[in-house]
Order: sequence, then structure tokens, then C-alpha cells
Amino acid sequence: MTKLDSKCPSGPIEDRWRQHKFGLPLVNPANRRKYRVIVVGTGLAGASAAASLGEMGYEVVNLCIQDSPRRAHSIAAQGGINAAKNYPNDGDSIYRLFYDTVKGGDFRARESNVYRLAEVANNIIDQATAQGVPFAREYGGLLANRSFGGAQVQRTFYARGQTGQQLLLGAYSALMRQVAAGSVRMLPRREMVDLAVIDGQARGVVVRNLVTGGYERYAGDAVLLCTGGYGNVFYLSTNAKASNASAAWRCHRRGAYFANPCFTQIHPTCIPVSGDYQSKLTLMSESLRNDGRVWVPKAKGEARRPAEVPEEERDYYLERRYPAFGNLVPRDVASRAAKVVCDEGYGIGGTGQAVCLDFRDAIERDGKAVIEAKYGNLFQMYEMITGEDPYRVPMKIYPAVHYTMGGLWVDYNLESTIPGLFVLGEANFSDHGANRLGASALMQGLADGYFVIPATLPSHIAGRSREPVTTDHEVFEEVEKEARERNSRILAIQGSRSAEEIHRELGLLMWDKVGMGRNAAGLEQAARDVAALRETFWNDVRVPGGNDHLNPGLEHAARLADFLELAEFMAVDALHREESCGGHFREEHQTPEGEAKRDDENFKYAAAWEFQGVGQRPMLHEEQLSFEYVEPSTRSYK
Amino acid sequence: MSAQDHPETIRIKLHLWRQEGPDQPGSFQAVELPDVSTHMSFLEMLDVANGRIAAEGGEPVCFDHDCREGICGMCSLVINGQVHGPLEEITTCQLHMRHFADGAEIYVEPFRAGGFPIVRDLVVDRSGLDRIVMAGGFVSVNTGNPQDANALPIAKPKADLAMDAAACIGCGGCVAACPNASAMLFTAAKVSQLSLLPQGQPERGSRALGMVRAMDSLGFGNCTNEYECMAACPKGIDVSHIARMNREFLRASFSEPEQA
Repeated sequence: MTKLDSKCPSGPIEDRWRQHKFGLPLVNPANRRKYRVIVVGTGLAGASAAASLGEMGYEVVNLCIQDSPRRAHSIAAQGGINAAKNYPNDGDSIYRLFYDTVKGGDFRARESNVYRLAEVANNIIDQATAQGVPFAREYGGLLANRSFGGAQVQRTFYARGQTGQQLLLGAYSALMRQVAAGSVRMLPRREMVDLAVIDGQARGVVVRNLVTGGYERYAGDAVLLCTGGYGNVFYLSTNAKASNASAAWRCHRRGAYFANPCFTQIHPTCIPVSGDYQSKLTLMSESLRNDGRVWVPKAKGEARRPAEVPEEERDYYLERRYPAFGNLVPRDVASRAAKVVCDEGYGIGGTGQAVCLDFRDAIERDGKAVIEAKYGNLFQMYEMITGEDPYRVPMKIYPAVHYTMGGLWVDYNLESTIPGLFVLGEANFSDHGANRLGASALMQGLADGYFVIPATLPSHIAGRSREPVTTDHEVFEEVEKEARERNSRILAIQGSRSAEEIHRELGLLMWDKVGMGRNAAGLEQAARDVAALRETFWNDVRVPGGNDHLNPGLEHAARLADFLELAEFMAVDALHREESCGGHFREEHQTPEGEAKRDDENFKYAAAWEFQGVGQRPMLHEEQLSFEYVEPSTRSYK
Repeated sequence: MSAQDHPETIRIKLHLWRQEGPDQPGSFQAVELPDVSTHMSFLEMLDVANGRIAAEGGEPVCFDHDCREGICGMCSLVINGQVHGPLEEITTCQLHMRHFADGAEIYVEPFRAGGFPIVRDLVVDRSGLDRIVMAGGFVSVNTGNPQDANALPIAKPKADLAMDAAACIGCGGCVAACPNASAMLFTAAKVSQLSLLPQGQPERGSRALGMVRAMDSLGFGNCTNEYECMAACPKGIDVSHIARMNREFLRASFSEPEQA
């Protein structure tokens, strides 16, 4: 087994990032324009990286699948972004943010990375404010904070329920400024279909122009993958429809190790599924749990409408089970608790797959106006989708797939196991361990893009002689040919099943067996079922239209083909990890009270897998994690 | 009619705009759907329509969409002549079929504007909006070590007003709704947001001039106070931001460049 070099610095944790940066090489400002950096994706990580590198003088090529870089899915993040500014004077510090994030991740993240994240978070708030991001403010004109998902301090900055949108538009504005200045070349409606690895280094990408169907090649000195997570492997998730794993999966197939794919986050507060036509799930920000109380009826199969169930017949199960944190327990804990009560038959609504999130008491206490000011847009969104008014009746909520902590393995410099391929934001695995705390995703995407990659990129490009590569290199020829053939093959099948149908089937299977509760028999079955479904796809899918024009059905089918490989791999990882931690709950490993039982003796490592072929068991490489500052303990929110 | 007494399914007849490319002629394709669940979103209904078209050997209609929760600004569509459909302050992806009557005929067209060439079917090219932003829709601050965020207090009412403007999702519905295909509301939202904030002051004049001129040069029309933009805007952006932009533009036009 190869030893993975995380390049994590040692020494006092508060000095590590500063010391590490000092030890990294620099690229002279006059030389930066000689290096071309390809940035894939324009979410928080991609846009902030492309803008920052463009400002520094690098030649940046930036592509995205949407029609505008402003539409990347970071835009949908509602709740907020953490930073340990300690403006509310409630005892917060960088160390406490670090501590909470390591603990929240259930001791499966690197301490060095997490500390750096907590350290640069304050700078993100300053940067975004300087760009004109309109964060919420108090009457005195200073920034407002709120507490959020599992934190006992108020450290979350927000812009109404649209924090992701405002932060992304800030990064987008910086990006468009660089596009205007000529330092960034922006290529929308382009999808990366493969990576060109030449002499062992990432030297470019092959891209499909989604409008013309044509293939384009871009060569460069480094490739930055900022392509988000793989939640859509479950078909129904809170991700945007086009969010996909293909770029990351293609890189994995080219040699980048993929770490902890089984660490998926199920968000506790989403609008439940209403029918089999459903195309996506909508998140209700977990900020709602600050004022909403979660309950189910005490009687199984309660026939009355929730609002008619009297107080003494309601079970506020989170407050009962976790008196210290109550409704604010971390996401994995809240989600699992909802699943447990629904599985036991206490769920509400037509499907029994929902619990109440009730604002009655908050409205009585604070008045409707206060609740409206805090959550007005969320309540409006809820009513629009469900046709029910949450000011009058409890919201119905249920967990849904929201975020993926797993991703391509990267070292402390965010470089993957393919030299020159860097991975930022949700696409990498590094900072959230087995569970991500609320308001930490925006923080990580922007930390990676604004502050980490500008410092660490030179570790690869400075002081190294590199043969100039052009796009007529034989590797580009080969890679493009494979990509063309893959799409032609999909179009040629002309079978009887739509990609939509196969994807739904994959989603149900993953939700059932690789979702909130997992066991060995189910995971083994899931791996077999996915393999069979993959056969169905390659023998019986029917994709209409051609390859030479805008064809969303073909785009979807090609992404599904990759999900069908990734899904099996997730089951393999989940099966190998014989413990419960964070978002990964193995039913065989629980306490008598039904809480997760972690196994630090055997699984205190990141599982980085090396691709060995489709349907072949990938090769495991363990990166052992050490905890010098935060002693691994059983997470208790009681 | 309340959600409770609405039927569970309805029969509808769709007329979908089909057009192979920007220079090809287009026409409506009729598709009948006998049992549309009223809990479906409009785009889920289009997914079903596409499934039917494909099953009959046709090519599905292309339409833009992504987040399906009303924030990315990717979805568009003119539904029975109304941008983002018949309801106020929502995007097409948030429109649900419970708002349509049994037996409804529904015409679905792309956003039509000189500044938005058709790409295919219901998909249009809105890159003009990005080019307007490139002309000054930013604060020129590089990534680095700016001052502490709280060193810049901003009165809450002003910050709230800036946030009202910043809520724009860039969908281009305002352009499609305007009889002049003007991008004034889109442009004004950004000019207004940044002119209200202290961060935007140093480039206040050059921003207003640059963005308005870019808008003009990209084939978007001018404003004749129709207020159709505001009526169509899924985020309820107010036309008073246009008034503020006009003041900013005039102020900058009559100032010496170094004082703009």
C-alpha cells in the first residue's frame, strides 16, 4: 500500500498555515502571465479561484456548464457562512470554530486543514464585504450574526435566506471584472468531458461545447477542478439538475484517488417527496430550526391534521432525546432521528415520510412580524411548493441528500494524486470529515478559492521545467476520440428505457441501501444492483436527438453513465467502513440507544481509492489521521 | 380555488415553440397531456411532455433550467404570454400545475428580445447580461486583506435597500417583458445596489456610465416607464431602482470625469 503524503505541516497548529506558505515557492509577478491555469466550474470555489488568479496575473481559462457563471449551484445556499469574528462576544474564537468543525466532522477530517479553514474564514467576511456583498446588519450598521446548525455561538453571517447567492454574485463580479480586463477567458455552456494527463501531469482538458456539440481542447500548466459534489447520484437531492460528478469521476479514472465516497450528507429539513414525477427536492434552510420545533404525534398513524393534534399528544423527539442541543443538533443526528420516528410509524402526511417543523410557539412568543422578517422568503417558498401556509399549520419536512463530504483526495496544497490537478470546494474531500456543519460549505469553497490556491498553486508550477504542450498532442487526440466514441455509443443503443427512468431507479436503490441507514447485506446487494443497472443502461437506454447540437438528454445520459460507476464505488466504500461516523451510519455499529458507534482503532483514516477498472474493486490507500489538539471523543449532543 | 378543492389531475394541451437555431424559422408543436398531477411543477410537467415526445420518436424540446428552486435564474419561458407564467414574483420553476384549470391550453414560448438570440427551441442566449456586468457591475477590490468588515458601518435601511436590489437573479425576465426589450431593471439593480453602499462610491460614476452604455450597445432598448419589468420580475425588484440609476447616470454625465 502506498503511503499518501498529505504534506500537512507540523508544529503549533496556529502557525502551520503561515509557516507552510512561507515555505512555498513564489512565481514572480512578471512570469505569471506565462502560466495558463484551467479552472473548471464557476461556483464559490471556481469563481473565487479564477478571479483571484486572474488578478495576480495568471492566464486563466474558466468554463461552466450553465449559460452564465453566475448560475452555479452555490447560488442556492440559503443559510449562511461561518466565521469566528466573535462580534457577538459570546466566546467564539478561531480555535473554537476549528474545534467545532473537527468534532462536527466526527473526527474524520485533517486537523491542519480545518484549522486553516477556521483561520481564513474571518478574511472571507472582510473580502465579501469589500466587494459589496450586502450581509444582514443590525440597526447600528454593524454586521449581524445568528446561530446555526449545531453551534452554540452566533458565528453565522447571512444575507436574508440568500447567502450563497450574494457570496456567489460577489465572486462572480470579481470574475467578470477579470474577464473584462482580459486575464480570464470565460467559456460558458461547456462541459469538461476528460482530463489530459501528459508525462504524469495534468496538462489540459477536453470539453464539449453544449450548444454546438463540438469538442474543444484546452492545454495549460494546471487544472483546477471546482465542480461540486455528487449528490445527484441519488437522483432526488437538493442539488441543481445539472450538478454532476463526471469531471471528478473522469479524473479519478485517469489516476486521481477518490476519498471517502460514502460520506454523504442528508439534510434534515427538506420539503418531502410528493409524487413519482418529482424531479428534485427543495431545502428549507436549517436556520428554521432556531425557531421551529420538530415533532411527530405520539400516536402511530395519527389521522388528525397536525395543527389539530393537542400539545400533550405531540412528541418533540429532538428536545426529548437531546436536551442540551434540542432542535439544533447537527444535521446527521437530526436526519437519522427523523428517519427513526418515521420508520417506527409516527410520520405524518400522506406518505408517512414527514415530520412537523412547527412555528406556532415562536409566533406566539415573538409575533408574526419577527418570524416573517427572519424567514419570510422561506415561508413563501414553502407555500408556493406545497400550497400550505406555514404561519397557520406546521411545515412538513423530511431529510434529503444535500452535500457530499467525500471527493477527490487532495493534499494540504489541494493537489490531487495527479500532479497539476488541484481540487477545490465540495469536489475535494478534505475539510468536513464525515459530516459537514451548517454554514461551512460556503466558507470552504471561498477559503479554497480566495486564499488557499493562490498560495499553493506555485508549489506545482514554480521552478519546474515543463515541456510546452499544445492541443495537437497525441494524448489530446486520444482523449477526445474516447469522449466522442462514448457519446456515439450512448446514442447508438436506441433501446427501450429512458435515462430519466434509469436514473430514478438508481436513486431509489441508493436512497434505500446507501442512504441514511446502511448494513452489509444491503450494501452488497446495492453494489450488485448498480452493476446490473449499468448493464441495463449500456444495453437498453434510449437517448433521442444527436451529438451535434444542444441536446440536454444526451448530456444527462453521459452524466448518468458516470454516476452508475460512482454509485457502486460508494457502496464498496460504505461496506468496507465497518463503523458508524457522521453521515455514514452502519446499522451493525450502534449503541443500545441507537447512536452512532465510531471505531477509531480501525478506521481513523481517510479511505483514498485508486481506480482499477469499471466493476473492479478499487485499491484502498489509507491516510491515517492524527488528532493532536482535539481528542477524539464520542459526539454527544445530549 | 384553494389547494384543497383543486382536482388531483388535469388535462392540458401544450403548444411548445420549436426552433432549430437562431436563423431557422420556428413554429408551435402541440402536445396533449391527459393526466397531469396538479402537485407537479411546471418544469416537471415539461419533463413529462418530453418523455411523451421522445416515446413517440420525436426530439424533446430544449429549455433552460437548473436549480429548480427559483434562485439560479436559468429557467425562463413565456407562458400564455406572461413571463415566468401567470403568478407574481416567482420563476417558471416555482410555478405549479395547481394554478392551471382542467382543459387548459398552454402556449410556451422563449424569452423574445433583440438582445437574446434564440439558441434552440425555448433556450436563448442571455450573455448580453454578463457583458453589462463586465462594464462596471463590481467593486474593484482584489482578493487580499481588506479592512475589517465592521470598519464600514452601513445603516440598516440602506443595507436592506441594497439587498432588495442585489436579490436580482439575472434571469432576463425584465427584458422579455419590456415592449422595448430594455435591460434597465437588470442594469439598475446592480447600479443601485452599489451606489447605495460605501464600497461602491469610488466607481459610482464610471459604473453608471459604463453599464448603461454597454446596455445600449448590446441591442437592449430604452425605458419608457411601462413597468412591465417590475410586474414580471420574480424577485419583485422595484422600478425605483431605475430612477436611482437615472439619477446616477445624469449625475455622472454632468460631472467632470475626476468627480464622477
